[in-house]
Amino acid sequence: MSQKILLDKINIPGIKTYEVYRQNGGYASVEKAIKTLTPDEVVEEVKTSGLRGRGGAGFPAGMKWSFIDKKSGKPRHLVCNADESEPGTFKDRYLMEFIPHLLIEGMITSSYALGANLSYIYIRGEYMWVYKILEKAINEAKAAGFLGKNILGSGYDLELYVHCGAGAYICGEETALIESLEGKRGNPRIKPPFPAISGLWANPTVVNNVETIAAVPWIINNTGAEYAKIGIGRSTGTKLISASGHIKNPGVYEIELGLSVYEFMNSDEYLGGMSSDRPLKAFVPGGSSVPVLPAHLIYKTANGEDRLMSYESLSDGGFATGSMLGSGGFIVYNDTSCIVRNTWNFSRFYHHESCGQCSPCREGTGWMEKVLHRIENGHGREEDIDLLLSIQSKIEGNTICPLGDAAAWPVAAAIRHFREEFEYHIRFPEKIKNRDHFVAEPFEKVKHLVSKVIV
Amino acid sequence: MKVTIDGQSIEVEPGTTILQAARMIGGEVVPPAMCYYSKLKGSGGKCRCCLVEVAKGSEADPRPMPKLMASCVTGCMDGMEVNSKSSPRVTEARKSVTEFLLINHPLDCPVCDQAGECDLQNLSFEHGKSETRFIEEKRTFEPENIGPNIQLHMNRCILCYRCVMVADQLTDDRVHGVMDRGDHSNISTCISKAVDNEFSGNMIDVCPVGALTDKTFRFKSRVWFSKPYNAHRNCPTCSGKTTVWMFGDEIQRVTGRKDEYHEVDEFICNGCRFDHKDIADWTIEGPRAFEKDSVINQNKYNRKLEKVEIATEEHILLGREEDRKKISMAEIPLTEEDIINQKSLGNNG
Amino acid sequence: MERTYHKQEINMTEALMSRINELISHYPEEKKKSALLPVLHEVQDAHENWLSIELMNKVAEILLIKPIEVYEVVSFYTMYNQRPIGKYMFEFCQTSPCCLNGVEDLMDYTCEKLGVKVGEPTPDGLFEVRGVECLGACGYAPMMQLGDFYKEHLTAAKIDQLIDDCKNDTIILHDK
Repeated sequence: MSQKILLDKINIPGIKTYEVYRQNGGYASVEKAIKTLTPDEVVEEVKTSGLRGRGGAGFPAGMKWSFIDKKSGKPRHLVCNADESEPGTFKDRYLMEFIPHLLIEGMITSSYALGANLSYIYIRGEYMWVYKILEKAINEAKAAGFLGKNILGSGYDLELYVHCGAGAYICGEETALIESLEGKRGNPRIKPPFPAISGLWANPTVVNNVETIAAVPWIINNTGAEYAKIGIGRSTGTKLISASGHIKNPGVYEIELGLSVYEFMNSDEYLGGMSSDRPLKAFVPGGSSVPVLPAHLIYKTANGEDRLMSYESLSDGGFATGSMLGSGGFIVYNDTSCIVRNTWNFSRFYHHESCGQCSPCREGTGWMEKVLHRIENGHGREEDIDLLLSIQSKIEGNTICPLGDAAAWPVAAAIRHFREEFEYHIRFPEKIKNRDHFVAEPFEKVKHLVSKVIV
Repeated sequence: MKVTIDGQSIEVEPGTTILQAARMIGGEVVPPAMCYYSKLKGSGGKCRCCLVEVAKGSEADPRPMPKLMASCVTGCMDGMEVNSKSSPRVTEARKSVTEFLLINHPLDCPVCDQAGECDLQNLSFEHGKSETRFIEEKRTFEPENIGPNIQLHMNRCILCYRCVMVADQLTDDRVHGVMDRGDHSNISTCISKAVDNEFSGNMIDVCPVGALTDKTFRFKSRVWFSKPYNAHRNCPTCSGKTTVWMFGDEIQRVTGRKDEYHEVDEFICNGCRFDHKDIADWTIEGPRAFEKDSVINQNKYNRKLEKVEIATEEHILLGREEDRKKISMAEIPLTEEDIINQKSLGNNG
Repeated sequence: MERTYHKQEINMTEALMSRINELISHYPEEKKKSALLPVLHEVQDAHENWLSIELMNKVAEILLIKPIEVYEVVSFYTMYNQRPIGKYMFEFCQTSPCCLNGVEDLMDYTCEKLGVKVGEPTPDGLFEVRGVECLGACGYAPMMQLGDFYKEHLTAAKIDQLIDDCKNDTIILHDK
């Protein structure tokens, strides 16, 4: 049983309410920080903890905090990114729905560290009932004196509000989120300037993921050094993993970073193995934008080491044989699933979610989707596979924000590891007419039709 | 601050972007720009045509930047070294962006009023390919009437946002904007409202393609058939300094005065642009020079026109003397001997 | 793009206005525009789940911004509807993890049962089926959104029940 930091109290009845949360040690970090630590000391603790951004990029949170411009004298803001929408990811919603005060507590402690007096939680519009839960929690915290003017008699003021989006994946990108919070279209900004210098209303701003902020109370209560002891190497602490797909126990799990992928997949404490007797075919470890890996690269890295649930181990081998931890959206596929169909599905997602501001992403994501749609529906041409690789390479790295890369990587990875499946779709269109074509006849059974014969 | 682009160094003020520095150097190093417009605040960064490679970040931090940078929004640092045309990566990226901009473009240049002064044509000429890899159906939009002066052709738009910035920065009642998102983003008023602000005509001048054209010039002439003259008038609204495009004594259209990067020197008002087509309205200053490669410059008065004489012309038509002899049959009758030889050749061959 | 025009009765009730003013108070005085997204949600919920030009103009007037700024935003975000829609909108998540769990079959089932195609309201205006992108409920697939709430672990039987509940008007769409 590994250590729980975020979800240890989630099963306490009534933990959603302020009273129960407080009775169970809630808001201790606010008291400790405001009464005994300076803001810079809080930042130092978070730096020491090695906590990395849990939204996907994995940038050290303490470092991000230290970039915020305190010299200009402009008001500063902390914005919590709760616009969770990466396919395969639903951890933030779980945390906010069942233990909302943990996020509120984290927001107060973190805002104190940054010297922010006006902070926001930006939640995706579809999570409307969670929005209401958070609003209620904020009102409770305010009534208890943890928000508002002169918190705990310290002279520190903080107002915290929830702001809802309205259906746009792109608003998970921090500058698009800021634009959206300003009441505009979610077009990512051109960086520099970074939000730490010029963010919300051109004020210095830090944007952090829900899970990142929720880890702060534990770090302050137990010190950053203690946090750094959990996990492995530069992957310190615990991570929420959202597990879905063909597994026995889908759901949200808190793991200590460094757990082996094998144990996570197969132990009854976690996913409990596959949902049926169909074998494992592929998995996506970190949300739809990270590269998909085939069965033989899941439990072992290319050089035969155990694959671990950590930033480093999951990316071991680079994009050739590795992937990324990303946002922790763990999607498992058995052999009835079609990689081409899945890649088209992801491509459709990115096409739908592209903001349309810069040319490579606006035009490229749509083009890829159309080509993949043709292949999946039996109208592919041999040259389409290389065409897809070419389009994705022209998008990658050439766009304003990372959505372009996120759209390009899954296509490249699918072709890299499952090229024969694409060839099968192109050469045997009559065999893939139905969308569940691999249910009766998994690819392994027909693979010989496209395998290269080695003489 | 010193910055080096494609091996050419220049001293610039802090705050200068790479693109601006490149324009100061001029010539081949200048990256193409479809969305950046120096007179519009906040423009640039979107089309990705001007991507460059920063091989050395600065004197203080010499590390190269891993990604290609949009030169129009990337500031110069002291000691920065940039590869523009000299970098194969950059050339490749520009080709890519050109391809992306063209896949859904209608390629209707033969009926487009912008043809001849179109930035996308120029970009394609430099970086485009003559074949397409795009076999899908092209995206199209329902037409929208945005008023009596400006013709909107959404299918041609590359979403540079310049026209939106013109409306935002020159007028205080913007009525058009970018609707929808992704590859269905489109310029629209949403309610088919007339865009009739007195500076709205500048949307036409800033449009890099034929998405916004002048209705008073629609299908009148190809741009290279009319001759641009600098002209001015006493205008109560704007500076009155324009370029008038003449065909004989007729003023076919009025535009702002555009520089070599197709940016206007000064924005002009709709009165000057749409309502003053009488030659008596204007004081003509003289011919307006265009960059030498522009199609507009072809056969223009500002180059000395001489009758073109090709010295070899008559030889081309006639052919060389010796060849003429060989291929001629009628004038030089064959001898008996020739006929015999030919027959034997025919038999053997 | 030319758009079809639909008429809508506007009713800015006192309760709605007071909620709008509360939302506006969450932002600095001179940054009223920031309240646009939450205000649009409230206004839409109070007006049969769609936003007409007149309603958007009203919002612009309240937030002291140009109407075009509202149109731009409304057309960008998928949760705002610019035309009258079915009262009960079944928004099925059709991204990969839901597909792995059979959402496509369920959508077909629902459409067949209601006798409609995706994106077309039923003639009585009561139902509409839509496919949307990832709603963040991948572990509870297949699922859909109905009003402000998620309906998860769907089966054909649950769909039947939901349709019945909608017809009997026992479904809560918004938690007000």
